[in-house]
Amino acid sequence: MPAARVGVLALQGAFALHVRALARLGVDAVEVRTPAELAGVDALVLPGGESTTMSKLLESQQLFEPLAERLAGGMPALGTCAGMILLSREVLDGRADQRSFGAIDIAVRRNAFGRQVDSFEADLQVVGLPEAPVHAVFIRAPIVEEVGEGVEILAQVEGGRPVACRQGPVVVTSFHPELSPDLRVHELFLRELAA
Amino acid sequence: MADQFNEGLVARETGTQLVKRGLAEMLKGGVIMDVVDPEQARIAEDAGAVAVMALERVPSDIRRDGGVARMSDPEMIEGIKAVTTVPVMAKARIGHFVEAQILQALGVDYVDESEVLTPADEAHHIDKWAFTVPFVCGATNLGEALRRISEGACMIRSKGEAGTGNIVEAVRHIRSIRGDIRRITQADSAELFDWAKKLQAPLPLVQEIAETGELPVPLFCAGGIATPADAALVMQLGAEAVFVGSGIFKSDDPATRAKAIVEATTNFRDADILAKVSRGLGPAMPGLEIGTLDTKLADRGW
Repeated sequence: MPAARVGVLALQGAFALHVRALARLGVDAVEVRTPAELAGVDALVLPGGESTTMSKLLESQQLFEPLAERLAGGMPALGTCAGMILLSREVLDGRADQRSFGAIDIAVRRNAFGRQVDSFEADLQVVGLPEAPVHAVFIRAPIVEEVGEGVEILAQVEGGRPVACRQGPVVVTSFHPELSPDLRVHELFLRELAA
Repeated sequence: MADQFNEGLVARETGTQLVKRGLAEMLKGGVIMDVVDPEQARIAEDAGAVAVMALERVPSDIRRDGGVARMSDPEMIEGIKAVTTVPVMAKARIGHFVEAQILQALGVDYVDESEVLTPADEAHHIDKWAFTVPFVCGATNLGEALRRISEGACMIRSKGEAGTGNIVEAVRHIRSIRGDIRRITQADSAELFDWAKKLQAPLPLVQEIAETGELPVPLFCAGGIATPADAALVMQLGAEAVFVGSGIFKSDDPATRAKAIVEATTNFRDADILAKVSRGLGPAMPGLEIGTLDTKLADRGW
C-alpha cells in the first residue's frame, strides 16, 4: 500500500513549521490552499494561526464544503490550536458567524487562558506518550469545555480541563507541537494513519 | 476566570522567547491592519485580519498633521480590545519604556516600538528582555534587525516608508535584509567576523543566520502597502506577513480592499487569484513620492 499523502492547510499561520516537523519524520507533506490540492491528500493537518482568518479564507478559497465532506467521510486530521477550533463541534467566545467542522465532538473556548501575556509553556503528560512529558507551548490557547461520548482525552491541565483529545482518526491539541523539537504528537497522529 | 486551572501546571512559564516568538509564528501568512476605532477594528476582523494595530491616527495623518506622535489613549485601545477577538497590538515610541509598561499593563498582545511615533530617546531602544509582552521593531537593513533582536525583539518588520502608499522603500528594505541573509549563508567562518563588524551586530546572531539561512525571528513587512499586488510583491520577496497601515482605511472602499489584501497574502504566488482579487477595488490611497517628503520616518531608530 502506498504511504498516505499528508497535507497541511496553508491558508495562514504556522503551516511551514508543521511541514518541517513532518519532514523530520520522513513525511513529505504538501501545502493545501485549493480544492484540487485537498483532493490530492489522504490526511490533513490544520495548523495554529487565527481561526477567524482561516474561517474567512476557507470560504473565499471555496474549501469549506469540500473539506467538511472529506472530514465527514472519515479523513484523518490533526488540529493544533486554531486547527482544534476549526475541527470542533462548537466554538464558545467565537464570532457569531464562525463555522467549524464538527469533526470531533467537543466544545472549545477561544483564548481561554487570557491574552498573550498569559501565554505559557509547560510540561504535560500525554496519553500514549508515557516515556516523558511533552513540553507544550500554549499561545492565546483555546481549551476544551465539553467532551462528547467517544472522545478520548489525551491530556489535561489543572482542574481536569482537556487540552488534547482524539476521536477516531481526529487528533486535536490546544498547544503547539509544531513549535517544539519534540515530534511525538506528530508521530502519534501518523500512527493513526498507519492503523 | 481561567485562573483556577492555570495555576498548578508543573514549571509553567510565561513570557519566554518561545512563547513570544510563537505568537509571531501564528501571525505568518496574515495581514495586520492599522485601526483607529472599534468600527474599523470590526471591519478589519470581518475582512480576515490576523491582528489589529490600535493607534489614534494612521501614519498618513500623522505625516499630514505633524507635531509629536505618542502612544494612544488607553481608553481607545481598550475600546478596540473590547470588540475584537484577534490579537491587538499598539505602538510605543522608540526608547519610551514607560509607554511600553503601560501597554503591557493594558494587556495588549504585541508592542510595536515604532518609528511612526516621535522617538523618545535618541540613543537607546527599549530593553525588551525586561517585558512579558512581546515586541515587534522596524528595520531598514539586517544590522538594524539584529540589533533589535539582541535587545529582545521577537518579530522584525521591514520599515518601508509609512503613510506614503508607496511600496518602493518597503522593497528596498526587504531586499536588503533578505539579500544579506543569503550572502551570509555563502560566507566562510572567518568572513562572519567581518559581517558582524560591518552590520554592527552581535556575532552569535550572524553565526546563527549562517547556519539556518533564516532571521532568528519572523520577518514581516510594513510601510507603503496599498494594493493586493503590493502585498504579494513583498511576500514573494520573502516577507512572512504584512502590516497595512494607511493603505486600507485611506482607500475608497476599505472593507473590500482589506479582504482583497488578505486573499492576496494567502495566494501571493497565484497570479490568477491575484488578478481576480485586484478587480473593482475603487481608488487606492493617493500616495506620495519619497523625494517630496519632509520627514523620512524610516530614518528614526538606528
